[in-house]
Amino acid sequence: MVYDTIIIGAGMSGLAAGIRLAMYDQRVCVLEKHTTIGGLNSFYRLRRRDYDVGLHALTNITPKGTRKGPLARLLRQLRFSWDDFQISPQIGSQVVFPGRTLGFDNNPALLEAEVVREFPAQADNYRRFVAAIADYDDLTDEHQQLSARQVVSSYLTEPVLVEMLFCPLMFYGSAREHDMDWGQFCIMFRSIFLEGLGRPHAGVRLILKNLVKKFRGMGGELRLRAGVDRLHVENGRVTGVVLDSGDVLEAKRVLSSAGWVETMRLCDDGTPVEVAGSAQRSAGRLSFCETISTLDVDPKQMGYDRTITFFNDHERFDWTVPAEPCDLRSGVICSPNNFDYATALDDGRGGRGTMRITVLANHDYWHGLDEAAYPIEKLRWFDRINAAGVRFTPDYRSRIIDTDMFTPTTITRFTGHDNGAVYGAPEKQLDGATHLENLFVCGTDQGFVGIVGSIVSGIGMANLHCLKE
Amino acid sequence: MTRDEIRDEILDILGDIAPDEDLSQLDDSQSFREQMELDSMDFLDIVMELRKRHRVQIPEDDYVNLASMDSTCTYLEPLMKDTAKA
Repeated sequence: MVYDTIIIGAGMSGLAAGIRLAMYDQRVCVLEKHTTIGGLNSFYRLRRRDYDVGLHALTNITPKGTRKGPLARLLRQLRFSWDDFQISPQIGSQVVFPGRTLGFDNNPALLEAEVVREFPAQADNYRRFVAAIADYDDLTDEHQQLSARQVVSSYLTEPVLVEMLFCPLMFYGSAREHDMDWGQFCIMFRSIFLEGLGRPHAGVRLILKNLVKKFRGMGGELRLRAGVDRLHVENGRVTGVVLDSGDVLEAKRVLSSAGWVETMRLCDDGTPVEVAGSAQRSAGRLSFCETISTLDVDPKQMGYDRTITFFNDHERFDWTVPAEPCDLRSGVICSPNNFDYATALDDGRGGRGTMRITVLANHDYWHGLDEAAYPIEKLRWFDRINAAGVRFTPDYRSRIIDTDMFTPTTITRFTGHDNGAVYGAPEKQLDGATHLENLFVCGTDQGFVGIVGSIVSGIGMANLHCLKE
Repeated sequence: MTRDEIRDEILDILGDIAPDEDLSQLDDSQSFREQMELDSMDFLDIVMELRKRHRVQIPEDDYVNLASMDSTCTYLEPLMKDTAKA
């Protein structure tokens, strides 16, 4: 049997693409190397507690009934109702720099008021700046490749304000170091500051389970523990997908969410994976360590109700691979408890609160540790990361009853992405095309990141390359 | 299918695409784009649904005819006159 489309990777983008194709009666198979679904946005159970991977919050949260924007678009395209994702909005988040705080929630008026309070002289500049972002059209704008730092600084003349706005946007999805493209900046600014953040009570597993259920319900086939060994290429086409087991599958086309470099490496036609000296096609380098602390108390009872705190302890914000194992000067503190749920989170085993801290990490350091040193370094840095975080929250460390931590090594092991790169390559392949006429890419190396971004990527590439035949 | 049956079928497709939308207030003479904020991806779905349900093939150049309910019915009437109601 020949599949219409084989999709590599059962993450958000691969499953979304699968739904689109199965919906229109294609024979479609999603291959997943790992034993479970999700990829960069997954979930797991450890010592009988549920954890999310990566997810702090969904971006792009617009209220039910909103017709515009990425969330509304993906719900329509995948035939979900707004209620299917059971999203609760954030209570409120903040960006904290030395002596300065900007609060924000899902109403953009709060951030505007906060900017005016902290930087009164920038009030008019800020309003002009937000108007420019709201008007930005990502399909037609000729300035999308410009340096966002240059464009933002042309509106906002207070450097600390510029850094404070860049900090959350970079943490939430910049594969490029130090700067972003103006187009990407506008999309991220809208998705975080003008639309908003939310989370399902049950976490990311609810979204993934919805996607799989819909995919299978439409006749799609999902194979776990089905790693791809190579893509057999003849005459400019993929003619066979060779699995690690040795089985060979045939398909009219292949859509890969494995990553650009990773996908090129699978092709057995000897495609050069990276052009020497060119950053264009290299895998991303930005990776993270994250500590997860389960508390016996809801953080709100300790006086902390912030959904997310983006912190930076010096005036400039540095977005690059740290020389140290982890960059403790800045990070993201997320409490999944602090969304506006109908019922409080409680794992039934004494865990009533969670604090997660994410910081930039040096992949090569973590990757280079031997088996004996790795767990010791993890413990050492767990303490350091938590110590860095509690400068900005109540000190919750005496309330910790369980912990977990991931490093760049963990990310590579479970997602297959080189360098533990979470946000993919700095240069995206926006049209999803490759050197082969029936091989396409989707996911973090094609388009946008985050849950909504990756789902939209899968939908877009399925529509563009796989549906119209 | 009669024009009314085609209209019902399009309403059914729109209900699938946008389950949260109240379609009872739809103005047949006004564009879907303005009333429902449909984008090019949604128009692709109207085309794909017609193909899946009724084997009606609509070339890409003809998508402009799907702007409103009135123009869609006018365009589809000759194409679907021999199509049996499902």
